[in-house]
Amino acid sequence: MNVRLYVWQRATAALMVPFVLVHIAVIFYATRQQMTAADILSRTHGSAAWAAFYTVFVAAVSIHAAIGVRNILSEWSPLGHRAAGWCAVFLGIVLALLGFHAVIALVLT
Amino acid sequence: MSTPAQLSVSLWRGGNDGRYESYSVPRRESQTVLDVVTYVQRHIDQTLSYRFACRVGMCGSCAMTVNGRPRWTCRTHVAKVAASGSLTIGPLENLPLIKDLATDMAPFFEKWQQAKGVFAPSQTRAEPMARIRPDSAPRVAANAAIECINCGVCYAACDTVRWNSGYLGPAALNRAWTLVNDERDAGNPSRLAAIAASGGCHSCHSHQSCQEHCPLALNPTASIAGLKRRTAVAYLKGEIKA
Repeated sequence: MNVRLYVWQRATAALMVPFVLVHIAVIFYATRQQMTAADILSRTHGSAAWAAFYTVFVAAVSIHAAIGVRNILSEWSPLGHRAAGWCAVFLGIVLALLGFHAVIALVLT
Repeated sequence: MSTPAQLSVSLWRGGNDGRYESYSVPRRESQTVLDVVTYVQRHIDQTLSYRFACRVGMCGSCAMTVNGRPRWTCRTHVAKVAASGSLTIGPLENLPLIKDLATDMAPFFEKWQQAKGVFAPSQTRAEPMARIRPDSAPRVAANAAIECINCGVCYAACDTVRWNSGYLGPAALNRAWTLVNDERDAGNPSRLAAIAASGGCHSCHSHQSCQEHCPLALNPTASIAGLKRRTAVAYLKGEIKA
């Protein structure tokens, strides 16, 4: 890991702290209120705030996880740094696509 | 409990395809692990290869793996590590093995060079001597790390070195930290760039094995943490590229 990846990983980690807390609080709230998927979607549909919240969250997760997995692969797998880097980029893109797809489903459908 | 008259000692013999061989060594008062190895070499098998010089904990050349743990053997008393009366002594890990208990320290010192661990003077000898306040923050930070004797114990104990052969390691980075805090040094631009690159200080996982095993009770993990902060700030200011 170099300083650029280090700064990105630490910055996204710091950014995710409040996001994770809000996300968990929402999960607890939804389950304690016994909300159905339809109840949740009715509240998030068309919400620019939830769209912005989860778009930033997904971006931070994709970057943070990809850098971490790159480190694990380069240290614990036979892959070299370059191959581990490409695997991490692929993982980051997959996470981002899945996450943004979920965000679209949450606020546009 | 009485001290046994003989020690049962297993020493690594040969190269990477070698094996542990057993020896019986007389137990003596105030005996060090280096004394044990020296006894074998002088009285049992003169072909045994190992490295030592000062015998008083200053030169850093006699480190070996003692009962699974890297230690400076000249200052390690048998009574402390072999209460059961048996010792297993091998070469340092994470370094190429030459033969028996002697490892090739070249990669260790090459990384010292890669980390720009050499003082870069900012003045000539014709100029007056720099005045450094002993209680200044940089001097205090350098003081905490300056007593390293380069024994290689931290390098042998480091998990990250084991996993990532390109990692500079705790000793080289600890040395770089002392120079980063040396107000007389002019080499920080290239030094910070070198230790911010891949394999530099940001590869450290802060497992703190270096701190745990350092025979001088230094804390290279703290030095590396300082380097992480210093290089991150330099990067964000655009002073170094990645």
